[in-house]
Amino acid sequence: MTELSKSGAAVGEPTDASPAPTAFLEVRDLKVHFPTDDGLVKSVDGLSFSLEKGKTLGIVGESGSGKSVTSLGIMGLHTAGQYGKRKAQISGEIWLDGTELLSADPDHVRKLRGRQMSMIFQDPLSALHPYYTIGAQIVEAYRIHHDVDKKTARRRAVEMLDRVGIPQPDKRVDSYPHEFSGGMRQRAMIAMSLVNNPELLIADEPTTALDVTVQAQILDLIRDLQKEFGSAVIVITHDLGVVAELADDILVMYGGRCVERGPAEDVFYQPRHPYTWGLLGSMPRLDREQQDRLIPVKGSPPSLINIPSGCAFNPRCPYADLPKDNVTRTVRPELAEVGTRHWAACHLGKEQRERIWTEEIAPKL
Amino acid sequence: MSDDEKAVTIPAQADEPQLQGGTLTKNPAPGEVLLKVTGLQKHFPIKKGLLQRQVGAVHAVDGLDFEVRSGETLGVVGESGCGKSTMGRLITRLLEPTGGKIEFEGKDITHLGVSGMRPLRRNVQMIFQDPYSSLNPRHTIGTIVGAPFKLQGVEPEGGIKKEVQRLLEVVGLNPEHYNRYPHEFSGGQRQRIGIARALALNPRLVVADEPVSALDVSIQAQVVNLLDDLQQELGLTYVIIAHDLSVVRHVSDRIAVMYLGKIVELADRELLYKAPMHPYTKALMSAVPIPDPRRKNAKSDRILLQGDVPSPISPPSGCRFHTRCWKATQICTTTEPPLLQLQPGQQVACHHPENFADQAPQDTVLLSVAKEAEKLLGETALQESAETSAAVAATLSEEAAEPVVDAAEPETGEEK
Repeated sequence: MTELSKSGAAVGEPTDASPAPTAFLEVRDLKVHFPTDDGLVKSVDGLSFSLEKGKTLGIVGESGSGKSVTSLGIMGLHTAGQYGKRKAQISGEIWLDGTELLSADPDHVRKLRGRQMSMIFQDPLSALHPYYTIGAQIVEAYRIHHDVDKKTARRRAVEMLDRVGIPQPDKRVDSYPHEFSGGMRQRAMIAMSLVNNPELLIADEPTTALDVTVQAQILDLIRDLQKEFGSAVIVITHDLGVVAELADDILVMYGGRCVERGPAEDVFYQPRHPYTWGLLGSMPRLDREQQDRLIPVKGSPPSLINIPSGCAFNPRCPYADLPKDNVTRTVRPELAEVGTRHWAACHLGKEQRERIWTEEIAPKL
Repeated sequence: MSDDEKAVTIPAQADEPQLQGGTLTKNPAPGEVLLKVTGLQKHFPIKKGLLQRQVGAVHAVDGLDFEVRSGETLGVVGESGCGKSTMGRLITRLLEPTGGKIEFEGKDITHLGVSGMRPLRRNVQMIFQDPYSSLNPRHTIGTIVGAPFKLQGVEPEGGIKKEVQRLLEVVGLNPEHYNRYPHEFSGGQRQRIGIARALALNPRLVVADEPVSALDVSIQAQVVNLLDDLQQELGLTYVIIAHDLSVVRHVSDRIAVMYLGKIVELADRELLYKAPMHPYTKALMSAVPIPDPRRKNAKSDRILLQGDVPSPISPPSGCRFHTRCWKATQICTTTEPPLLQLQPGQQVACHHPENFADQAPQDTVLLSVAKEAEKLLGETALQESAETSAAVAATLSEEAAEPVVDAAEPETGEEK
């Protein structure tokens, strides 16, 4: 992580050491770029947010919006892999509890990974090792960070499996991943990620591979465990329903950047970015009267090699022509405050957006 | 096919749907039964050993009865492994049924061979889930969408190329993309290509297996709207298989809820979503996360089902849902409830339906009281509760003529 990226020409100016933030997790101007034969893929292009302990941040976006790349960046997992002999270029700052991770010694980050911060992956079948029993994998995760004998670690593994609701944990601890059903595998993964009482838990699409009844169980479990352990949680998902269930704050990503961020209620009830409106409009809802038609976002998500100039959303935005001087196509909008702790990046005037939302969008949802 | 009218207008990618349904003469009158399925079964054998002897079977689909009327959309929902995809492949006859009967337009197609099915393939088409694996990467879009014409030996008016370009326009793609390959398209565009291919021969029935689940939210809505428009314009009949209850509600007229190879509830959309009768339907609907943060803390009326779906290799006896059902009683473990029409437009297979008079009231009272008692008082008090149950049974046998609704509630209250 030391030799990282600061050389990358396309990556923004290296940030000077700024004072450590007060928030538990603070990400400042994070950029993750991958050089490929076709060009530089700007998966994350200037993302900032902060998160307190005990709170949940939901990151929403479509595939290719940079959600997962962000989470892997925080975990420091990008440097491990090589992308066609070229490394990912990462810049910015990630402060976790007073430590800056990107400039820190990789050995130090390795000590934090799994202990202070851990991750739940989307597909438990590919994230669990098929050759080892569930117990062995949890024990390994525990013993790396704790100097205990195997017996103690095993007892701890059984205790965790019990906590996440696996029946007969003392027997199931010796099962292999293929002997578990999808929901149980996800529970086992959660047990593994929580075995060291991490303070930051990143759940990347934790329920996407699961059925709806099992999803409800897992969401409940994550919520209860968070209350119990008081960790900070980042939930990454494309499902607005999941976000609404779990998150205190919501960050909407589009084309590698944050387009809107704010408290969950505000983002759902007073969204201030046309892309958020689009997401809300394209989703059929069970809690409302039947809509006649969905209101889709036209077109498809942008290529990250060739992000549209100006506002990345402008080719799909129905209001792109409203601001003067073609500004949506030339100037990239920055996040601006639109309410208490609520930011949106859009060229439309604040009042204009309020008017469009209340008069045109909200009645149709 | 060449005698088909080509008067269908092209819906641009968005905008208002233009109702042109009347211009197509081929479709039967709406409401007519197009597809009739009785007792449909599919068991996949499990073979073991040197001799490959059959040691068991996966009961993927185990006795389905339903009808699809022309012009309507039947939605099929259920969790993974409930047999919904197998059902889709059976009615399109991509799989050979183990038992039961499939009738399409009154004709028995249950055991037709490949050549026997060929003429029918024009009328029954399928849209697949994964737009990445269902298009041949070595073929151009023109070849892919034109294949049905070649296979059926149909020469459309104006040539295949012209017809394919028209179809591409119908599904909202650029006709100039005729010579491109699938990898040049995004997921949503590929799904449109799959739809164009399914529509090529102007089918009557389109079976769509998870048509939008592989797509992003904003693209999902585009494809859902496209399917909607096409149905209105071409008078199509859909069977849409999906696991997403909100999508199914949006597209369907009637909905079948499947659990372990059986239909547990089959009802009109409004009835099903307003007052589901089968406990499984209720649990399934309550499990859907609602995109409304204000509901987050009202831990609500969510019914959390315990455990997972049992294995379809040896499904539970009686009602297949009884292992996870909170209303299950003795009768549920022994007797399988038939799919009965409890009110117009709503068929349910349950002994103790929600929102309706109980089908096996005596059983409920006796057993749930006994169960409650066992839980609350422990074994020492079991005897006492048995007496209570007996007393209740006595009262009940007097009232047996009247239907008893939720009689269990007051009784259990007393026990506490």
